[in-house]
Amino acid sequence: MLEQTVPILSNEHDTDLYSRLVLHAPQIAPLVQPGQFAHVRILPLKEALLRRPFSIFQVAGDAFSILYKTVGQGTGRLARMRSGEELSVIAPLGHGFTVPKPGGEIPLLVAGGYGMAAMYLLAQRSPQKGIVFAGGRRRVDILCEDEFRALGWEVRVTTEDGSHGEQGLVTQPLLAELRRTTAGRKLFACGPTPMLKAVGKIAEELHVPAELSMDEHMCCGVGVCLTCVIPVKARDGWEYERTCTEGPVFDARQIVWEVAE
Amino acid sequence: MNLSVQIGRLTLQNPVTVASGTFGYGVEYAQLLDLNQLGAVTVKGIRLNPVRGNPTPRTVEVTSGLLNAIGLQGPGVDGFIKKYWPFLKTLKVPTIINIWGTTVEEYAEVARRFDALGGVGALELNVSCPNIKEGGAQFGTDCQLLSQVVAACRRATTLPLITKLSPNVVSIAPYAQAAEDAGSDALSITNSVPAMAIDIETRLPRLANVTGGLTGPCLKPIAIKLVWEAAKAVKIPILGMGGIQSGADAIEFLMAGSTAVAVGTANFYEPQTALQVVAGIREFMRRKGIQDVREITGSLQAGK
Repeated sequence: MLEQTVPILSNEHDTDLYSRLVLHAPQIAPLVQPGQFAHVRILPLKEALLRRPFSIFQVAGDAFSILYKTVGQGTGRLARMRSGEELSVIAPLGHGFTVPKPGGEIPLLVAGGYGMAAMYLLAQRSPQKGIVFAGGRRRVDILCEDEFRALGWEVRVTTEDGSHGEQGLVTQPLLAELRRTTAGRKLFACGPTPMLKAVGKIAEELHVPAELSMDEHMCCGVGVCLTCVIPVKARDGWEYERTCTEGPVFDARQIVWEVAE
Repeated sequence: MNLSVQIGRLTLQNPVTVASGTFGYGVEYAQLLDLNQLGAVTVKGIRLNPVRGNPTPRTVEVTSGLLNAIGLQGPGVDGFIKKYWPFLKTLKVPTIINIWGTTVEEYAEVARRFDALGGVGALELNVSCPNIKEGGAQFGTDCQLLSQVVAACRRATTLPLITKLSPNVVSIAPYAQAAEDAGSDALSITNSVPAMAIDIETRLPRLANVTGGLTGPCLKPIAIKLVWEAAKAVKIPILGMGGIQSGADAIEFLMAGSTAVAVGTANFYEPQTALQVVAGIREFMRRKGIQDVREITGSLQAGK
């Protein structure tokens, strides 16, 4: 974990909604593990106090990138930034995905919207290629499909409005695949909480191991403020653990969904 | 140039610590800054037993501030000693342990446990957390209860005691005096201010706990006034806190009557703040030709 002010190498807009920001961070980039995140100061303190967490998308040499959706004031400002401008980042943060061992499980990745971004490094570093189940509301929400295909992975797309791939929820083709076989399969998921919960339930019912990357509101990103906690099983019932530190990736069996709601 | 100050018999190499609850147990920030450059490390509030804390959402950002209702989640005395003390005791700077309880006896018991531990710099008595049903602020908003808690802890330990006072009182002076009279070595002023925010789309409170405590830059003017009032009422040193982001902010607190200051919410968004505050104080002293930081304390020119 390092705190550095680093220059933007590029900030390209895939669409009106989604952009990719590449940061030159030679000391941070080599440290990044799949599923980790960067905590970024975007707005000046007079406009907003808190940093914003973003999953790390790709790492290449001296640089790492994030893939973000323009949703509010912060990401709106980010979308207007140009190469050469600088950002303060604290990264890499969090406990990421367990990369399968050679000859180990076949990874099945389940991504909702920009959850895809958090899984790219996992796909790239996994010795076994698997299948990515990419879901979104509309065609525009299906991101970096080509990058995963370029890694030699199969990508199965679902959209809720049927504008791209199969119509429906991402869990439908996932279930179909798991009904074919669960042997030696492991699920990895990142996306909206209802999707993660559905994946967690499928994993439980079909006895497939699963790692879920939880997306929670955060302040400090380093484990002190205790904002981003989720309920996990403990010796005497359950306790709150930090998404920024013990997570964002948790073993699905650990999460106590009944309390989480 | 002298930056060191005294809080009771505790010597701080500089007048800047961190506010309890904004710095975890120190170890979380050890990779990002040199903790040994601080005046002291102040850890999150600890009671006798582990505490699960409040449901989520626990924080929400508001204009120039942060609203929180964490509910003092923590490992309890034994958990703290096992998990965090081995690291803290290796630091060259003192550790201030923030303690709380739901009864006077519990405060005293926790104080006794940390007295027996050895090597603790000071105890900060949290009698002002707005986010827990029992304990916390109920002791800080009743002068008699406050006296009892401080006196019980005074009997339980010889460690320096710092009583952290609530801003949620009509006048802080009697509380400051009550803590001083009961044997407190210093005061921390102030804690978060009870507050609330609403999501107008859902008509729901933004915090699961409904209300919370407001911290951050918007709190500074309120805290400055409380420090100024308390400083006139007591002789014991004051640790000033509330929205400090810079050396200039810290100087304001010192002029109002603080002997030392604590950086709070700023740690969440800029972990280097406390060290920048130390540098800022030093720069101010150089610019003004001040040799000893203690000369700044209470140096406000106007006012009654």
